Order: sequence, then structure tokens, then C-alpha cells
Amino acid sequence: MLSEFPFYALALVTLFAAIAAMTLRNLVHCALCAAAAFTGVGALYLLLDAPFVGFAQLLVYVGAVAILIIFAVLLTCAAETGPGIAFSSSWLAGVCAVALVLAGLVLPILMSPSLDRLAPPVAGAPVKDIGNQLMTIYVLPLETIGLLLTAALIGAVVIAMQDKPDAQPASDVKPPPREIADKDLCLR
Amino acid sequence: MTTPLSHYLLLSALLFSVGFAGAVLRRHAVLVLIGIELMLNAANLNFIAFWRYGPHPEALTGLMFAIFSIAIAAAEVAVGLALVIAIYRHRKTSQVEQFQALKG
Repeated sequence: MLSEFPFYALALVTLFAAIAAMTLRNLVHCALCAAAAFTGVGALYLLLDAPFVGFAQLLVYVGAVAILIIFAVLLTCAAETGPGIAFSSSWLAGVCAVALVLAGLVLPILMSPSLDRLAPPVAGAPVKDIGNQLMTIYVLPLETIGLLLTAALIGAVVIAMQDKPDAQPASDVKPPPREIADKDLCLR
Repeated sequence: MTTPLSHYLLLSALLFSVGFAGAVLRRHAVLVLIGIELMLNAANLNFIAFWRYGPHPEALTGLMFAIFSIAIAAAEVAVGLALVIAIYRHRKTSQVEQFQALKG
């Protein structure tokens, strides 16, 4: 029982952080709780003898994705969700879908006795083997991932780039209601 | 490693459901993206757990899939947040229910 304690502690922390990230009202708090949940999943990877994936998870999710999310929250300057309801108006259908998905995932796991097996005692994956396989068997997916990341980052910059005001035709340019939006949505 | 495989799978199922609930139920676009990221994390946890508990852990297949999945998730969140910022700049809102320009 004592050797299982790290798993249950990490599982509890991860689940509660995820639930907090999905229920809190302040978006910055949500992003920080999501970072905590990502950290918990990375620690579970370490527990599963996969240190390379665990540290990659910490670098990518906690280091990059969480910071990106916080930047997006601050750039859209709507950290508080406002006085209205934070949940969707069609929440009943959503709750039904979530209950169906949860039942469809949990019931087969609980009903299959073959999933109760323990791990084989083989030690995990050395980083040298991962590097060797990435450069031999998985070299084509690796190059494809590099191309995809380049295309995605260029695309993200192009999408988020500020439009030049003289690039649009003057007829259908409508000035945005900036004063109302700033007063309602920004914290400033 | 005395934890049975089903406990990891149960945790992953719960994490997926929490992420799915957030992606379906919340109104803010950034929170929908966080929910999708939680779902991807749950899938990755399944990959690693099945790799560790499988009969051939030396093959590294599940590990490689998780690494590539993390890279694709990073690309996805970059494009998704760029879309959120671009839509906010044009429409001055980031509530998902008001993104109705393509509604038929």
C-alpha cells in the first residue's frame, strides 16, 4: 500500500487541478490550475518509468502552452468572465454527453479483468534508445512533425497579425465599439 | 510498480471527462482550448500506461506516439490561441456562443 501512495497522491492532485481549471471563474486562475494538472500528468509519466516524456511534458505544456494560454487571456483582456453565467446555455445536452462519455469509458475498464495486471519488472526506456529510434525507424514522422510545427507557427503568426487599416476597402470598414468593449471586458 | 493498470486507465478516463465537460460546457474560447488540452493529456497518459504495462516495453512504440502527440498538441494550441486573438480583435468577444458568422 505504501508503494502505491505516490500514484494516488498525484492522481488526486491532477484531478482536482483539472476540475478547478474547468470550473473557476477567473481565467488566469484557470490557466494556472491547468498548468498544475499538466505538471501532475508529467509526474505520472516519471512514475511510469518514462522520464524523457515526463520532462518533455513539463517543457512543452508547463513551459510553453500554459504561458501561451496566459498571454492569450491577457491579450484578450477578459480575465473575469463577467457577471453573467460562465456555462453554456445548452448545458443540459452537454451534461448528458459528458455522462455518456464517462460511462462509456469507465464501465469497460471496470468490467475487464485483464486490465488488473501489474507492470512487468523491466526498467524503462533509456534516452539513448529513444534517440536511436527517432533517428532510424521514426525519422520520417520526426521530419513531418518538424514541418508541421514550422507551418503551424508561421500560420499562427499570420492569423494573429494585426491587419493594416488601409488594406481593407473603406466601404465595409465599421469602427468597432471600442469604448463599450473596453468598459465591459477589460479589467483596466 | 504495484499499481494495477486499470487505476491508470480510470484516472485517464476521469481526466478526459473533466476536459470534455469543460470543452462542451464553458463559454470562453480559451477554456474550451484548455479542455481540449486536458483530453489530449488523458490520451497520452493512456499511451504511456499501456506501453509500460504491455508485454514489450522495449519496443518504445507508445512512448514515441506520446512524444509526437505532445508536439502536435503544441502546434494545435498555438494556432488555436492565434484564432482566439484574431477573433477577439475583429468581434471584441471571446465567448464561443457569439461566434456565429458561419451559422447557416
